[in-house]
Amino acid sequence: MSGPSSLSLTLRIWRQRQDEPTGRFLDHHLTDLSPDLSLLEALDRLNQQLLLEGERPVHFDHDCREGICGSCGFMINGQAHGPRSGTTVCQLYLRDFSDGQVLTLEPWRARAFPLIQDLAVDRSSLDRLLMAGGYVSVNIGSAPEANALPVGLDVAAQAFEAASCIGCGACVAACPNASASLFVAAKLAHLELLPQGQPEAPRRSRQMRQRMETEGFGACGNQLECSAVCPKEIPSSLISRMNRQASD
Amino acid sequence: MRLDPQLPQGPVADAWSRCRQDLSLIAPANRRHFRVLVVGSGLAGASAAASLAEQGYQVRLITYHDSPRRAHSVAAQGGINAARNYQNDGDSVERLFRDTVTGGDFRAREAGCHRLAEISGSIIDQCVALGVPFAREYGGTLSNRSFGGSQVSRTFYARGQTGQQLLYAVVQALLRQVEAGRVELCPQRDLLDLITLEGVARGAICRHRLSGALETHTAHAVLLASGGYSNVFHRSTNAVRSNASALWRSHRRGALMANPCFTQIHPTCIPSGDPDQSKLTLMSESLRNDGRVWLPRQPGDQRRPDQVPEAERDYFLERLYPSYGNMVPRDVASRRARELCGAGHGVGPAGRSIYLDFNEAIERQGRAVIEARYGNLFSMYERITGADPYREPMRIYPAPHYTMGGLWVDYHLMSTIPGLFVLGEANFSEHGANRLGASALMQGLADGLFIAPATVPAWLAEHQHPVIDPEHPACRAALESVRQRIIRLRSTGGSQPAEGLRRRLGALLIESCGISRSAAGLRSGLAEVAALQASFDQDLLLPDPGTPLDPELEKALQLEDYLELADLMLRDALAREESCGAHFREEHQSESGEALRRDAEFSHIAAWEWRADGPPIRHQEPLHFSLISPTARSYR
Ligand SMILES: Cc1cc2nc3c(=O)[nH]c(=O)nc-3n(C[C@H](O)[C@H](O)[C@H](O)COP(=O)(O)OP(=O)(O)OC[C@H]3O[C@@H](n4cnc5c(N)ncnc54)[C@H](O)[C@@H]3O)c2cc1C
Ligand code: FES
Repeated sequence: MSGPSSLSLTLRIWRQRQDEPTGRFLDHHLTDLSPDLSLLEALDRLNQQLLLEGERPVHFDHDCREGICGSCGFMINGQAHGPRSGTTVCQLYLRDFSDGQVLTLEPWRARAFPLIQDLAVDRSSLDRLLMAGGYVSVNIGSAPEANALPVGLDVAAQAFEAASCIGCGACVAACPNASASLFVAAKLAHLELLPQGQPEAPRRSRQMRQRMETEGFGACGNQLECSAVCPKEIPSSLISRMNRQASD
Repeated sequence: MRLDPQLPQGPVADAWSRCRQDLSLIAPANRRHFRVLVVGSGLAGASAAASLAEQGYQVRLITYHDSPRRAHSVAAQGGINAARNYQNDGDSVERLFRDTVTGGDFRAREAGCHRLAEISGSIIDQCVALGVPFAREYGGTLSNRSFGGSQVSRTFYARGQTGQQLLYAVVQALLRQVEAGRVELCPQRDLLDLITLEGVARGAICRHRLSGALETHTAHAVLLASGGYSNVFHRSTNAVRSNASALWRSHRRGALMANPCFTQIHPTCIPSGDPDQSKLTLMSESLRNDGRVWLPRQPGDQRRPDQVPEAERDYFLERLYPSYGNMVPRDVASRRARELCGAGHGVGPAGRSIYLDFNEAIERQGRAVIEARYGNLFSMYERITGADPYREPMRIYPAPHYTMGGLWVDYHLMSTIPGLFVLGEANFSEHGANRLGASALMQGLADGLFIAPATVPAWLAEHQHPVIDPEHPACRAALESVRQRIIRLRSTGGSQPAEGLRRRLGALLIESCGISRSAAGLRSGLAEVAALQASFDQDLLLPDPGTPLDPELEKALQLEDYLELADLMLRDALAREESCGAHFREEHQSESGEALRRDAEFSHIAAWEWRADGPPIRHQEPLHFSLISPTARSYR
């Protein structure tokens, strides 16, 4: 492995307590970091330091730390989930950065995502979008035999790709209009592609798009930033698909 | 105390359908008068909540996460087993049943394992209907693979994200019920105590993680589906916020804890490097199909792997187990790796890893084949370690992964506290001393989709007490005890953050109660836990952050539970003087180092009773085998 054996970073972090109307950036310096640490582990280290110094630790969301639960996420130097494509914040390692670099960490900013504290926001609006119709209405116990309904290999693969969205909210954060179009379009595609989701497709689409408005998400302005930052690389073509189906 | 597992009388094979015929029912119009509290939104909790709500019960679902979609089940990779025999390769309910009992090394109940195998097919039906995009064949039928050394292809999968897809399907079913007003979703809650009245579960006390408020939730029955406790080892393959609090607090209120020492250590994980590393990442077991495990023959060999000549490499699994080779079960692979690393053959930092080498597979099959098979795993490895596994062997090491132990439940999934049901990884049920790959998802969904939705209503039908008022003295007392506990932790005024103490607990527990255990090691482990407990009691640093959001408090509360749980695990491992499944006692091995089970003395489930004023009491539930007679496992 090449590169330095240890590095220093300045983390310029948005600090805003739960009860404060606004916040500010604070610089935190970290030295002697192993390049094999993940960025979140560097934040863990910072928090231990802050704790011992009697300061309030930085609040951020995380859980699986392997890019699948969708808990983590903030802006790094203006980019949702940071510089690597197809990657969540928890999958960034310090070897992805250079010695002495300044990293500005900021929470997702969107009307539908109220700030909780520091780098964490409330993304429950995404669940409410799903509640509007992001499911197949079949009761448990009433399923036909699994192989009764054949599904082509390609269709299953496309549905899988759409279904792999982890609901992190990066698409909303990156969108100038804070739209959740990619999130909604992915769920619609997942369920419409499969035969079992087709019977209620029109209703699902109408209700989820309507809910997007009432939850305070903006409209899609075709900037396609969403797809560029998506850690699961969900294609923006799904949004065109959604709009096409809707106007049919 | 007499443990009654409520096993159905008569032959095991159709016991579940006979049992169901006898379960009491509640008329549809009356169901809305019953309130059920479900804790956890993983596969087990989300599916149980959705199912009970569909039947018409009023459900409240509590989850630690901000969204039910983030429960740890989301991280499961490999797949889910079901005895469908779609591949026409000889699978059957009977065979899955046998594999489960044998894989668990004859430390699980036959009736439970049989029911699991019977239900497995319906789980796949249900998940497909809910929209799980499982892998398919060109003809449109479902695809299967073999998993974890099984001799049939019975594992259904969705790339390497099976858990995610299953979880989303059941969470979507759950959200449909939330929208319909039949489930009340309570995210961001940390369960800190169970409310019991006259020995019956009546609700729970939670701390709202954002507002800090202590809340009382009461119900006719409580379903606990809070996951496993691998994080007692500090670093594991589990999500970093998985915790044992719900389980441990229920144990302290009277739910017996079964086989706590049965924990599974997965052989193929990315090893630990830096002390600040927060978790261990699982690398799919499928890698052992093509990767060859080896270590240098010479202890302390510092050469780079490509400079160790073929003759100086020890492909130890192939050497020791010619017929299974690199595909031996998880516990065997983990144990052999630890042994050789202990003898100085290990590679990497602190000699704590082994090689998993794809060089030969790439030469034989070509890079493209290997890339198609494992490309995503290889890039995940590269991202985490910075090393390229196409060019140099992977370094892997065993890591805590799954807990077979858990709260004791009867055949109806009810704990020793009436009205408290336990589902999913949180219960101890069908995996005995060792779980087969791809069987945890199956069990969680069997519990949540089909078993609890039948047994919980039957219990409700027979116990029609009213829901107690949150102001009832039993609730107030439970709430007050949580409040006092938090005040006590805050007032310690010490100098050690919870994190450091947790690391020390994890390190000592993996050493004394990990892959290999000895009486001497377990005893010293007990002494070390007691010393750590004293540091925790006297020297915990827990400042008030000035806002209700307080992850440090959550950590301290969890650590307090882990300390007590670790003590119980060590006691359980010490008392079980045999080697079985993942529990390997060094005193009980054959001359060639294989596990020796002692059926005459230990063919039972150990269930521990908590006592406030003395050591816990070990109870036993004897195991009986009528369909399959206990044999020794052999992989040579
Ligand atoms: C990396 C990895 C890969 C795996 N791969 C496979 C696989 O391929 N096949 C397989 O069969 N199994 C696999 N497993 C095992 C399997 O994923 C788990 O056993 C299973 O998902 C557990 O589901 P569960 O519903 O019991 O609990 P979980 O999914 O762990 O859910 C627990 C729930 O309880 C809640 N909770 C926890 N504590 C509290 C608290 N104090 N207060 C309130 N709520 C709380 C959480 O918020 C969460 O909603 C894997 C495990 C890991 C770690
Ligand atoms: S912590 Fe789970 S995706 Fe990052």
